[in-house]
Amino acid sequence: MLNKNNLIKIGLIMVTGIVLAILNATLGRYQLRILNLAGIYIVLGLSLNLINGFTGLFSLGHAGFMAVGAYASALLTMSPAQKSVNFFVKPIVPFLANIEIGFLPAIIIGGVVAAIVGAVLAAPILRLKDDYLAIATLGFGEIIRVVFTNTQSLTNGALGLKGLPSYTNTGYTWTIVIITIAFMFSLRRSSYGKAFMAIREDEIAAESMGIDLFKHKLLAFTIGSFFAGVGGALLAHLMGTIDPLMFRFLMTFNILLIVVLGGIGSISGTIISAIIVTISMEWLRFLDGPIDLGFAVIHSVPGMRMVLFSLLLMIVILYYQHGLMGQDEITLEFVKEKLKRFKKKEA
Amino acid sequence: MSYEIFLQHLSNGIALGSLYALIAIGYTMVYGILRLINFAHGDIFMVATYVMFYGVTMFFMPWGVAVVVAILLTGALGITVERLAYRPLRNSPRISVMISAIGASYLIENLSIVIFGGRPKAFPIPEFFNHVSHIGSISIPRANFFIPVITFVALVILLYIVNKTKTGMAMRAVSKDYEAARLMGINVDNIISITFGIGSMLAAVGGIMWGIKYPNLIPLLGLMPGLKAFIAAVIGGIGNIKGAVLGGFLLGMSEIMIIAFLPSLTGYRDAFAFILLIAILLFKPDGLLGKNVTEKV
Amino acid sequence: MSILRTDSITMKFGGLTAVSELSLNIPTNGIVGLIGPNGAGKTTIFNMITGVYTPTTGNIIFDKIDITGMKSHLITKNGIARTFQNIRLFKDLTVLDNVMIANHLRLKSNIISSVLRTPDYRKKEGHILKKSILLLEQTGLIEYKDDKASSLPYGKQRKLEIARALATEPKLLLLDEPAAGMNPQESIELMEFVKEIRDAFDLSVLMIEHHMQVIMGVCEKIYVLDYGVNIAEGNPEEIQNNPKVIEAYLGVDE
Repeated sequence: MLNKNNLIKIGLIMVTGIVLAILNATLGRYQLRILNLAGIYIVLGLSLNLINGFTGLFSLGHAGFMAVGAYASALLTMSPAQKSVNFFVKPIVPFLANIEIGFLPAIIIGGVVAAIVGAVLAAPILRLKDDYLAIATLGFGEIIRVVFTNTQSLTNGALGLKGLPSYTNTGYTWTIVIITIAFMFSLRRSSYGKAFMAIREDEIAAESMGIDLFKHKLLAFTIGSFFAGVGGALLAHLMGTIDPLMFRFLMTFNILLIVVLGGIGSISGTIISAIIVTISMEWLRFLDGPIDLGFAVIHSVPGMRMVLFSLLLMIVILYYQHGLMGQDEITLEFVKEKLKRFKKKEA
Repeated sequence: MSYEIFLQHLSNGIALGSLYALIAIGYTMVYGILRLINFAHGDIFMVATYVMFYGVTMFFMPWGVAVVVAILLTGALGITVERLAYRPLRNSPRISVMISAIGASYLIENLSIVIFGGRPKAFPIPEFFNHVSHIGSISIPRANFFIPVITFVALVILLYIVNKTKTGMAMRAVSKDYEAARLMGINVDNIISITFGIGSMLAAVGGIMWGIKYPNLIPLLGLMPGLKAFIAAVIGGIGNIKGAVLGGFLLGMSEIMIIAFLPSLTGYRDAFAFILLIAILLFKPDGLLGKNVTEKV
Repeated sequence: MSILRTDSITMKFGGLTAVSELSLNIPTNGIVGLIGPNGAGKTTIFNMITGVYTPTTGNIIFDKIDITGMKSHLITKNGIARTFQNIRLFKDLTVLDNVMIANHLRLKSNIISSVLRTPDYRKKEGHILKKSILLLEQTGLIEYKDDKASSLPYGKQRKLEIARALATEPKLLLLDEPAAGMNPQESIELMEFVKEIRDAFDLSVLMIEHHMQVIMGVCEKIYVLDYGVNIAEGNPEEIQNNPKVIEAYLGVDE
């Protein structure tokens, strides 16, 4: 059990923990928010990477499953008083009116509900291929959003939910991040992970090797939806406000960008690019505002930031299809290999 | 519901269906040739409406001239998108091409927000289309008569091109077998460009008429009609031009009729098309007029 | 004793009859060949046996079970494995992973214990690993264990496909043109290899092949197909002297 590799892993987790603790103590509120956001995007990116990168199912409905997790958890953590303030157009359904539970169970329930919705919706369409699957899942995202906009007594409709308890903090987020990362690495190493990848490589061959396509695709989709729901729950309790418009296709686009930039299928790539994308999305906010060049002032151009990100996605897919990492991982072996090459170059 | 009100809805349904049909043709042609969902198609459609807007209000073009300019510029935009976003990925996995298509769509949308601004603009409607016919107690705007006629004319021209000209023959050849067509000396890249050009020009025609009917212009206006037109193409049998038209009419008509007959479902309007899509994919994945294609093992 | 029997199976695609009233009988531990001109319907037969297509009429009995219309992966579980005419390996995965994946169907762990790596799962995974390594040794692919499947030379890729099929623990192995693209020397080696695995793994083999040398050298029984119809069956000698077969292959003088 306690061989060298495991010790290094435990060491890594501890170092990450210490770094996070220091960051948590020193960073200002705004930076902490970005740190949390980065963590949430890691969870979301990894969950899409599982469906899309490991299993090869091109799903575009992620925002919908996030919405399910976000709403399910928010309705459980909000105080009865806060709910009655929110639901002034139409009262909330009685069975949710007086419930108030802790954050952790709410996150888990959010994930589970998202997983159930994901499984139920995906089951009939999993035999569709490529772009048909993509457009059908995109449809699911939209359907979920439309349903949430119209079920006034359950979701408060277009008004959304305001005044969520701001439970999300560095501790919650990053504990979940580390668990998610460990889960993904372990899953990919396992026989199930390999079966997922076999499906990505060649469905027909995978099936003739005895892999039950339906069962495994459904598994991948359900687990992916679970983590999307968990990410949604964290995001909801970071923002404090949710409404159906938050979960438009734009949200899925951001997550897709993270996965593509990191290298479709790579866990470490997704992690790195989630951090890069989150930070630069915040950092580039100035692009949307007026820019003072000293000699002239460019008027604020909202949308400039997203132009840049769309361009980035296109450039990556056109010229660097492997993204940051391809399908590689930053493992101990990978680092050793790079170091060796580096030393050789030096010599 | 009275007979008159039904007729009123019918006329709206036909108009909306014609618009979906025009956009759907572009999807179906591109899919037929490249097996690719051109996600940017809805945005190309949107750009046409803005070209009209700026042509008329900023460059003071006569309306007719602006129409021609809009159709040509939109065609050029379609060809450009193909050159830049799809051509470099001809031999890449389909997932990459799809991501590129999504990227192209987003780029056009966001550039439009930057260039045109996010605030809604009013589409310039010529005096001619302000006329409303009153038949009994119902009132039908003139556009509702013209939209289906123009769609029909466009369809006839397109079918002539596809079935009777040499270019059309080459297009059909490329969609049947890309490699074989290349070996037969067809310039496949050119044919693909022409396909994108024609599809985008039809989208422009659709966009202009859309503007007349729904004159509120925003940079994201192409998103929903684009997705729905794609769904229409799938319903009709993707790759099949007549199927796209049929699907467009079916979808437009049923959207309007469902709201007419079940007003309580109005809020679910945008979900309806997707539900229909999923139902079609499950029970008749090749669409109403599509051909059955199975993968060779 | 027969391991596989087809009772006059027919496969129609629209108006086209790809296979017509075909009755095959594969003896247990036998090596049976399936030959015929291109487009005779040979691969269609494989696709019916492995559940890719369901025969329009007729039944397929495997090991006393009616597998007609059964799902592909269940047929594999019951003990039929195949290779593909145009190699279908998991290209981006390693040679070892390709073989290990073929063991997944026999894994009796759920996904949770697999991700948590419970002692029970680790024991099972260790067993699969050992088994896969052994299989790679038996098939002479062990030195490529950590290479990407797509980086192997062509002949080795064909061999890996067979190894992968063997990993599912089949009782019947279907080989779709295993000697395609091989030179005479490699073909002879392949013949030996097929016999070896039949004995080592105690299974039966049905193979489609165009190399007559291979077919005649290794098969105990041969079926000849032309336009979806079985025109002859028998041992190699009988087939070689059958006028109908010669006609199908060479045509007739008019």
